Amino acid sequence: MKYMKFLTLALATFMLSEMVLAGVKELTGAGATFPYPLYFKWFDIYRNETEVKVNYQAIGSGGGIRQLLNKTVDFGATDAFMSDKELAKSSVPILHIPTCLGAVVLTYNLSGNPDLKFTPDVIANIFLGKIIRWNDKRIAELNPEIKLPAEKIVVVHRSDGSGTTFVFSDYLSKVNKEWREKVGRGKSLSWPIGLGGKGNPGVAGLVKQIKGAVGYVEVAYAIQNKMPYGSVKNSSGNFVKPTLKSISLAANIPLPPDTRVSITNTSAAEGYPISTFTWLIFYKEQNYSGRSIKRAKELVNLLWWAIHEGQQYNKTLLYGRLPGAAVAKAEKIIKSMTYSGKPLMR
Amino acid sequence: MNKERTFRAILILVGMILSLLLLAIFLSLLWGSFPSIKALGWKFFYSEEWNPITNKFGALPFLIGTLVTSFLALAISFPFSLAVSIYLGEYMRAGKISTLLKVTIDLISAVPSVIYGFWGLIILVPLVRNIEMKLNIPPYGVGIFTATLILSVMVIPYSATIVREVIELVPDDLKEAAYSLGATKYEVIKDVVLPYAKSGIFAGLLLSLGRALGETMAVTMVIGNNNKLPKSLFAPANTMASLIANEFTEAVGNVYLSSLIEMGLLLFIVTAIINIIGKYIINRTTVQMRE
Repeated sequence: MKYMKFLTLALATFMLSEMVLAGVKELTGAGATFPYPLYFKWFDIYRNETEVKVNYQAIGSGGGIRQLLNKTVDFGATDAFMSDKELAKSSVPILHIPTCLGAVVLTYNLSGNPDLKFTPDVIANIFLGKIIRWNDKRIAELNPEIKLPAEKIVVVHRSDGSGTTFVFSDYLSKVNKEWREKVGRGKSLSWPIGLGGKGNPGVAGLVKQIKGAVGYVEVAYAIQNKMPYGSVKNSSGNFVKPTLKSISLAANIPLPPDTRVSITNTSAAEGYPISTFTWLIFYKEQNYSGRSIKRAKELVNLLWWAIHEGQQYNKTLLYGRLPGAAVAKAEKIIKSMTYSGKPLMR
Repeated sequence: MNKERTFRAILILVGMILSLLLLAIFLSLLWGSFPSIKALGWKFFYSEEWNPITNKFGALPFLIGTLVTSFLALAISFPFSLAVSIYLGEYMRAGKISTLLKVTIDLISAVPSVIYGFWGLIILVPLVRNIEMKLNIPPYGVGIFTATLILSVMVIPYSATIVREVIELVPDDLKEAAYSLGATKYEVIKDVVLPYAKSGIFAGLLLSLGRALGETMAVTMVIGNNNKLPKSLFAPANTMASLIANEFTEAVGNVYLSSLIEMGLLLFIVTAIINIIGKYIINRTTVQMRE
């Protein structure tokens, strides 16, 4: 008898929760893994505030773009903005809004964990396999106060396709001709040298284990795991340490109206040069695949929330906050969204 | 009678579904590979270059990486699985030690592969690095050798279990006949048991090999993920399964995605060919036995 009672109770609870869930409106998104911790937090808070549940699958930027093109999600997320060629695959316009800023830092394993300084050429030559020892003159003259060992440099890179690799190679392609011609930019590269680690933890693990190793990881990952990382000389000639502030400052450049811009090698004097936006992507015309106007409005509300209220959570999760100019551009883009040709906002 | 017929129909149906499923997987892989086959042709199979930026995709480094790690792992694991099988099948069929060994073997296969990879990364990689330092080669720690070691542990249960069962199946009258002629235990095992169990041993090896060829997670964590043709046993390399797992999520562009699918097709075909050859050898040895 007791057993039966318990079963009935369990069933009732189950059905009740089902009913509650059915009452909550749901949006779906998919894409980038890099901003996933932030999005997870955002959507959790958003659900508490608005009762709209956002189901976000961190399947990678490539997957996010594919799912949006297949119209199986309300929005996608990507670390590298869609190229003109990719956008051309869609018969209707796709919009981008930036949500936060991230950066790629150089981390290394040297005794004493010194604060190293790098120039663009030194970074490129290390990853091209042309600077092979730590006490190379080119590194030494940037860091005269540090006694560098004669150890061999072991290069560690990402083995999985990733936005982090894209940003890093995008930067190197801008600042180094040889890199641009020999390697290029992309989420997966044909690396001249080095070992591959899967994900930030894979790269960090190898760097931590191998004396003399150097690798690149996301700034949030490096800070959380207390890894040493160096400052990089930007295009204004300043050596800038990656901080949330210097990363946000990197976005202080003239932005195009569609916000699709690479901010690596920024012209901002105090900006960290290997910084990037990450974007949400969605359709301009929201009436597709039989979506209701209500759903379209929910999406607009979510996007608006993300670039305003959502921004206060960026800092705690170690993502750079959008500068005012970027927010203003994003507002304009959201306002341009339509349903059957009519604007969804004001 | 009617029941008999329904039962038979169900059996056939289920069997057919399985074969159809396999065929469907093959066809969908083939279908997905078309853009890459069209763009790259045969070059895909012999080119050494894997460059998603210039859209040049060659499977050779990964094919070599897969075959080398798998066959080496098999070679390392074989003495162990054979020894365990002989011990369990001939010397200690029951008892506490036997149970302990059997449970251990079962557990080896039950451990998720990500745990092997993790263990390899923390324990094995530093060990290999020490060896490499003594040998005066670049001390990466990760590479073909480390991946092979991990794989060889992982595949032991697959052959050990089957081989043990086959050894236990060797008819007692055959062994008794040998003993009555004055053969020692070693001679019985060498001249009666192993020859009799030959095809079963081979089947066990095949199963282990299949497991090694497709292993992804553990390998990707310790092989170094270098997409170039490996130059030495200690060099970082990559395998087909590991490459697919690494690059599939972020692959954009038709040819790129399609090349990864073609890599899957290649892995499928390699596994199939090895299985077919294996079956052929098993059949031949069984026929020889009967004769």
